[in-house]
Amino acid sequence: MRDVAVIGIGMTKWGELWEKSLRDIYVETALLAIDDAGVDHIDSMYVGSMSSGIFVGQEHIASLLADYLGCAPVPSTRVETACASGGLALRLGFMEVASGMSDIVLVSGVEKMTDVGGDKATYALGTAADQEYECYHGITFPGLYALMAVAHMNKYGTTREQLAEVAVKNHRNGSKNPLAQFPFEVTVEDVINSVKIADPLRILDCSPITDGAAAAIICPVEMAKKLNKPVVKVIGSGHATDAIAISQRKDMTWLEATYRAGKSAYEMAQKKPKDIDVFEVHDCFTIAELCVMEALGIVEKGKSGEAVEKGRTAIDGDMPVNPSGGLKSKGHPVRATGIAQAVEIVKQLSGESEERQV
Amino acid sequence: MEGIVGYGAYIPRNRIKVEEIAKVWGADAPSYKKGLMLEEKSVPSPDQDTITMAVEASKNALKRAEIDPIDIGAVYIGSESHPYAVKPSGTILAEALGSTPEVHTADFEFACKAGTEGMFVALNLVKTGVVKYGLGVGADTSQGAPGDALEYSAAAGAAAFIFGREKVVAEVLDTYSYMTDTPDFWRREYEYYPQHGGRFTGEPAYFKHIMGAAKGILKKAGMEPQDFSYVVFHQPNGKFPFKVGKKLGFSKQQIEPGWLVNKLGNTYSGSSPMGLTATFDVAKPDDHILLVSYGSGAGSDAFILKVTSRIDEVRNLAPLTRSILDHNKNYLEYGEYAKFREKIRKAD
Amino acid sequence: MSTPSRYWREVPQRYRLEANKCEKCNKKFFPPRLICPECGNRELVKTKIAEKGKIISHTIIRVPPSQYKDQAPYAVGVVEMDDGVNVMGQIVDCDFEDLEVGMRVKIEFRKLFSQGHSGILCYGYKFVPDS
Repeated sequence: MRDVAVIGIGMTKWGELWEKSLRDIYVETALLAIDDAGVDHIDSMYVGSMSSGIFVGQEHIASLLADYLGCAPVPSTRVETACASGGLALRLGFMEVASGMSDIVLVSGVEKMTDVGGDKATYALGTAADQEYECYHGITFPGLYALMAVAHMNKYGTTREQLAEVAVKNHRNGSKNPLAQFPFEVTVEDVINSVKIADPLRILDCSPITDGAAAAIICPVEMAKKLNKPVVKVIGSGHATDAIAISQRKDMTWLEATYRAGKSAYEMAQKKPKDIDVFEVHDCFTIAELCVMEALGIVEKGKSGEAVEKGRTAIDGDMPVNPSGGLKSKGHPVRATGIAQAVEIVKQLSGESEERQV
Repeated sequence: MEGIVGYGAYIPRNRIKVEEIAKVWGADAPSYKKGLMLEEKSVPSPDQDTITMAVEASKNALKRAEIDPIDIGAVYIGSESHPYAVKPSGTILAEALGSTPEVHTADFEFACKAGTEGMFVALNLVKTGVVKYGLGVGADTSQGAPGDALEYSAAAGAAAFIFGREKVVAEVLDTYSYMTDTPDFWRREYEYYPQHGGRFTGEPAYFKHIMGAAKGILKKAGMEPQDFSYVVFHQPNGKFPFKVGKKLGFSKQQIEPGWLVNKLGNTYSGSSPMGLTATFDVAKPDDHILLVSYGSGAGSDAFILKVTSRIDEVRNLAPLTRSILDHNKNYLEYGEYAKFREKIRKAD
Repeated sequence: MSTPSRYWREVPQRYRLEANKCEKCNKKFFPPRLICPECGNRELVKTKIAEKGKIISHTIIRVPPSQYKDQAPYAVGVVEMDDGVNVMGQIVDCDFEDLEVGMRVKIEFRKLFSQGHSGILCYGYKFVPDS
């Protein structure tokens, strides 16, 4: 297995991009990554896109975008594991380069969510949940996380204010991110009094509906060195599954899949949580960031609320989480998110995060 | 002897008071309350309909019958508010209970007497040996036009009866039906609300048919009013059952246990059947009960029942009718009531 | 949003709570499965789940999905049935303020939604307070 490096990243401003189609958003972003890498071709590409079928009526994205990027006939693969697709696209690209099958791989994600109304968007996001036994009964994605929040609050005493602190921190970070969808600060009161979505979650606990894409170019470390590019290595990766139905999980407050994937990644990298300097995690809802912190071993079970409240996860804290602003402030074009997190980490490791630098 | 082996009722928890309806239409609440002898009525939640109520009432009946639902050979729901215009309610009920696939069904409609007609057919299939157990249900989520007199009383509820030959709770000693073509109340296809003939719904309709059926069955059975502990009449409002009872020679005390309408409203096909379940809740072994339904259009079904000692063993296996009536009530304002009953709707 | 066949296929579960069980692990599955996720046993036996249980989490949906757009706000919860199986369903006939983890509930047959004005009616289970 060869060592793999990220040599180029691309991301444009996220938000409600009325004038741009899915193809526009993708190609602009992918070209930024290709230009940043300074390569003149790619060998393969992975595209994450959750529900292009429901959002814009378009399946078969992999080939469509390969064509529009001017890269056909390279192999192009669409990856779908709901919100983890971006991360999985990176992992699959990593495996393709590490195994020696390809040298230059584009890993990317895109989502165009604003061409449908709120109802349809809620429905589309809900297709990531169990249709027959959870969505049939009227649960939504925010509803699922609300159930996790109520369980977490009941089991560990996590408070409504602690959840709000996650949003406050992420918005503070996002206000320093020129590409974020919502680069403004919020207070705990703003969060707690914002529009109700699924009790106890309010709209400011939830990541937004966003159009956007993110892309990265990866290649073997040897090639990165030859290209005179800063070497940001991918040293560990993990992947695991769990029941998607929350009622089928053993503990609603615990993200087993995240724990196992994290464990595999730590083992491959031969690192422990305390060796990690900065984390970009999935705060689709404020409670999610708390649960992920526990699953990744950043804090002990039940202690995440306290840690956020004490400022330990702020940019200047001892365990910075989501310096980019997270999904909350930066935005959440579903499949692009995983790659965008990688983009932020590359920036952080290269010292290019400006005011957000950890 | 064949008879009822299990019985059960179901009433939704929502209520609306006469005053609340009267206030919206500028009507004089006290005179409606007095004239109709009615205080409040039940209102189904948007997730309840004839079928959901029939399922819950039938499950209560099964709890008392203590039989395997697979042995039910015929299932009949009588209603004037079947959820589909074409597709039977009975199939969903039979499927929910676990009686399919060897079971007969078709839906019954005869205004407020559809339930008792279903009961009559289920009983006779048992009597003739064609089925082991038959289920007859009266259930409705009736509508009254906004501002119309019927809006004060049109309510929702269900009662279910399982008929069989063994472990009978009440024997059916006799039945009778009295029917003529009388257009006192009707609803044309594609019309949302029914029409009625005002005072024509009284003497030539309700009274004529109930009295015809009552007198007919008493003569047939060679019995008189004083032979009965209880009598249950169809209850379109609070006054009519007492008025017809008096004309026939029954006392208030015989009527009262099954008289639910003042707090329930008129549950149409559920009306006299629920009066019967409420009566079973207090009846003693060897009591005779007379049940006379009425359905506009028009007709009345009559049943003479004799309670057995088994009533004391099964009564508490499922909720009592008056307990359901008084339990967990939720009072609605007119706006929420109109939304629940789809009298107002959001644009598509 | 279901089609008639998708709805009809799940009727034994939606109407009668039919489940299955792995007799080796003594675990019940609702909905029924073809293979036990614990021990890999493929010979699972038919059973039903209990009809009463307690709430282990609850929320109130304020922004509903399309087929429920006229029904919000409504409560949804996960209930641990008395036989250990967890089931998600709406919690009705109860004020939102009274919802709490640990509350006893029982199953009732209700109409979940209709597929528009001319589509089929979709029935199933909901939870009501068990007092």
